[in-house]
Amino acid sequence: MLTIKDVSLTFNEDTPDEKKALQGINLELKEGEFVTVIGSNGAGKSTLMNIISGNLVPDVGDVQIGGKTVTNLPEYKRSAYVGRVFQDPMAGTAPSMTIEENLAMAYSRTRKRTLTRGVTKQRKVEFRDHLGSLNLGLEDRLNAKVGLLSGGERQALSLLMATFTRPNILLLDEHTAALDPSRAALITKLTKEVVAEHGLTTLMVTHNMQQALDLGTRLIMMDKGQIILDIDESKKQGLAIEDLLKEFQRIRGEQFESDRAVLG
Amino acid sequence: MLFSLFGAVESGIIYAIMALGVYLTFRILDFPDLTVDGSFVTGAGVAAISISHGVSPLIATLFAVIAGFIAGSITGLLHTKGKVNALLSGILMMIALYSINLRIMGQPTVPIDSDSTLFSQLRGLWPAGIDDFFNGIFTTLGAERAPATWVILFFMLIVTLIIKFLTDYFLKTEVGLALRATGDNKRMIRSLSANTDSLIILGVGLSNALVALSGALIAQINGFADVQMGIGMIVIGLASVIIGEALFGKKTIAIATIAVIGGAIVYRIVVTLALRVDFLEAGDMKLITAFIVVIALVAPKIVQARKEKKRRIAKRATLGGLGKGA
Repeated sequence: MLTIKDVSLTFNEDTPDEKKALQGINLELKEGEFVTVIGSNGAGKSTLMNIISGNLVPDVGDVQIGGKTVTNLPEYKRSAYVGRVFQDPMAGTAPSMTIEENLAMAYSRTRKRTLTRGVTKQRKVEFRDHLGSLNLGLEDRLNAKVGLLSGGERQALSLLMATFTRPNILLLDEHTAALDPSRAALITKLTKEVVAEHGLTTLMVTHNMQQALDLGTRLIMMDKGQIILDIDESKKQGLAIEDLLKEFQRIRGEQFESDRAVLG
Repeated sequence: MLFSLFGAVESGIIYAIMALGVYLTFRILDFPDLTVDGSFVTGAGVAAISISHGVSPLIATLFAVIAGFIAGSITGLLHTKGKVNALLSGILMMIALYSINLRIMGQPTVPIDSDSTLFSQLRGLWPAGIDDFFNGIFTTLGAERAPATWVILFFMLIVTLIIKFLTDYFLKTEVGLALRATGDNKRMIRSLSANTDSLIILGVGLSNALVALSGALIAQINGFADVQMGIGMIVIGLASVIIGEALFGKKTIAIATIAVIGGAIVYRIVVTLALRVDFLEAGDMKLITAFIVVIALVAPKIVQARKEKKRRIAKRATLGGLGKGA
C-alpha cells in the first residue's frame, strides 16, 4: 500500500547547520499493516511523516501509495489518500466552526468540493452515528463550536475526521503526546478500535515505547535518519522495553538517549 | 433631520455590500485586504465609463463586479503564489489600482447621465403612488423635506439582503466551509485535501467583487465616479464590521452578516448626526470614523469587564451570607 524507496533528505546542505534528516530510507507497508515508529529526538520520525504526507519533498527517492508514485504531488492533493492526526490537539480541527461542519470538511477529503450544502440531513445522521462510537457524548453537540471542546475531545474528533472516510494511509504523529495520561489512554483505545474496524494501513510515531509495543503489528526504530530496527508481529509479541533498549545499544554501541521515551 | 437620516440609511444599505466584502476577507479569511480602497473606485469607474459608452446600466454594473473580482484575485495571487505578505499585497494592489483606475476613467472624474443609471430605469417602473404614500407618512412624522424617491431604498434593501443570503448559503457549502477553515486553520484544511491558495484567491476575489459592486452603485446614485472616492473605504468597511459585531453579535454566520449590514447603516447614521453638530465640519469625517471604530472596539470590553466584576461581587456576597448563616 505504501512504498518508500531510497528516500534521503538533507536540511541546510553545505552549511555548518547541515542535517541529514533521512538517509536512504526503504520501507514497505502492506495493506492493513499497523506500524509503530519509535526513535530519539531528531531521529527523522517526523520528517518521514512529512515526506509521506507531502509536506516535504525528498531530495532523492520516491514515495508510492497504492502503486502510484506521489513524490511530487502537493500536500493538498495527496491528502485524498492520506488521513492525518497531529500531535497538537488544536491542529486537526477548525475551532470557530461547529462539530458537524468540521466533520463535513473531513467528508470532502476524498471528493471534489461543490457548491452544495456541506452539512445535509443525511450526513448529520451519519455524523451522529460516527460520533456515538467515541462514547464522549459529542453526538448531542453537533452544533457546538469545536473551540469549546477539551483537548482530549478535540483529538478524538480529529481521529474520527481522519479515519471515517477510510484513507489509504493513516498517519498518527505522536497524537497522544500532548494529552494527560487518562485522555491519552482513551485516544489509544479509540485508535486501536478504529484501525481494526476499517483495517487501515497505519503509521504511528510515538515517544512512548510501551505504546509502540502494545499497538500495531510491526515496530520500527529510527536513529539518525535511518531505520535501524524492524520487528514483525511474531517477534514483537512478548518484547519488553528493556529488550528494545538493549537492542538499540547492541546496534549503535551507545545508550538510548531519551529518558522521556522510557518513562513516557 | 429625518430627511438626512433617510439619506444615511439609503447609502448605508449600499455601503453594506462593501462591508460584506470586507467581512469576507477580514473575518472569514483572516486576510487584512487593503485592495478595497482601489477596487471600490475600479467598480465605480468601470460602471461610469461603460454607461457613458452606451452600455446598459445593468451590464455596466456587471462589468464592475467582474473588474473587482479580477483586482482581488491579483491580490490573492500576489500573496499565495508570490508569497508576498498579505498586508503588502493589498497595499501594492491598492496603489497600482490608483493608476489603473485613472487609465480606465481617462480623467479624474467621469460624470454619469442621471437618466441612464440602474436607479433611473427602476424609477420608470416604480408607481408614483408608492412614493406619495411613504412621503405622506414621512411628513406627518415631521420631516422638513420628503425624499425624491423611495425606489432606491427598497430596491437596495432587497439587493443587499439577497447578497446577504447568498453569502450565508455560500459559506455553508462544501467550498464555503473550506474557505472558512482556510481562515481558521490552514494546516488542517490542507490535510483534508483543500487547496488553500485557490481558496484565498477566490475569497479575496469575491470580496472585491462585492466592493466594486458597491462602488458602481454609489457612482450611479451620486451621478459621477471620482478617482479619489475610495480613500478610507477600508476603514469604513472595517468600522461597519466592528460596529455591527459589537451591537448585534456574531454568533452564527447569518447573524454576523446581518450585523455587518446593520453596522454599515449605523455608521452612516452616526456620521450624519455627528456632522450636524455645529463645531464639526465635513473635513472631520475621517476623525469621526476613527473615533467610532475606537468606541466600538473598546466599549464592549469595558461593558464586559464591568459585568464580570458585578458578577463576582454578587457571588462573594451570597457566599459570605451563607458563611455567616453556617
